Amino acid sequence: MRAETLARLQAERAAKRPVALLTRLADGAQHLFPGEGVPAALAEAAVAALDADAARSLTLEGETWFIHPYTPPLRLLVIGAAHITQALAPMAPALGFAVTVIDPRRAFATEERLPGVTLIDAWPDDAMAELAPDTRTAVVTLTHDPKLDDPALDIALRSGAFYIGALGSRRTHAKRIARLAELGHGPEAIARIHAPVGLDIRAVTASEIALSIMAEIVAARRGAVLGEVRPGAMAAKVPA
Amino acid sequence: MTEDILAIAGAWRDAGEQVALATVVETWGSSPRPAGSQLAVTMSGKLAGSVSGGCIEGAVADAAKVAMNSGAPALLDFGISDERAWEVGLSCGGKLKVFVEPIA
Repeated sequence: MRAETLARLQAERAAKRPVALLTRLADGAQHLFPGEGVPAALAEAAVAALDADAARSLTLEGETWFIHPYTPPLRLLVIGAAHITQALAPMAPALGFAVTVIDPRRAFATEERLPGVTLIDAWPDDAMAELAPDTRTAVVTLTHDPKLDDPALDIALRSGAFYIGALGSRRTHAKRIARLAELGHGPEAIARIHAPVGLDIRAVTASEIALSIMAEIVAARRGAVLGEVRPGAMAAKVPA
Repeated sequence: MTEDILAIAGAWRDAGEQVALATVVETWGSSPRPAGSQLAVTMSGKLAGSVSGGCIEGAVADAAKVAMNSGAPALLDFGISDERAWEVGLSCGGKLKVFVEPIA
């Protein structure tokens, strides 16, 4: 790789722009996509690799190209600097998520409680509109307070966020559904909300709940079919 | 945050090291690291990242040094038989191709 290519690749990544590095394996010739004119078939494969966030190879006129997508970090937007947030914030970066916590209650959203996390003390509707959730964004509301959670959910439901989760019991969620319906969200949109939030792993502590939320986010991102028993899993069970 | 191998490779190069990059470009079977996994190697012997569970990193580093000396990239084939894989601590029996290129 030419040092100049590396520098340009890193500049694109620093600007959080998706970019694919195309390498001809026979001789190491390289292009960056988008930005450099490449054959249509290569461009198409680069777009697909960026969409799927997975590297792939393409053989074009007898030459094999390796297509390596570099996508901006996934984002996790958390509404509420709650106790669970404190457990979630260090977990998410390890899974590739950049975390932003939104909480206008300044006593909660402090650097002390959430070291190293991007904190926004604006109202969730303003903050969410500014952050513009996209298909690489997960949104989780954890305040228990409709005044804070609802405006965030309202914007999340109008966005392409791949995951929307809301803390609260089934009863709380039923009331929430009624309020979101009043804001004009149909049943299909509301069904995007994972509530109660997190996979059912019988989580009790804040860390366990954070784990269940991250597991559910990963499952949503990877398109996992939940509730399926893994082949062979039954054999491992101890007979009653 | 997951390690940024390119950033590390760039920083090493800025510090005056000779650096090569190894990238998994194809895998078959249950290889431990997916295509796109990277290992940065310096002539002085520094390593960052991984292209397997530790099984082939040594061989890849050697190939990277050859590439740094010659200035030419190389495509390496690793077929790991089950028995051999077990011996070296990789029980997957996977196969993979690794592209090694000097940064110049």
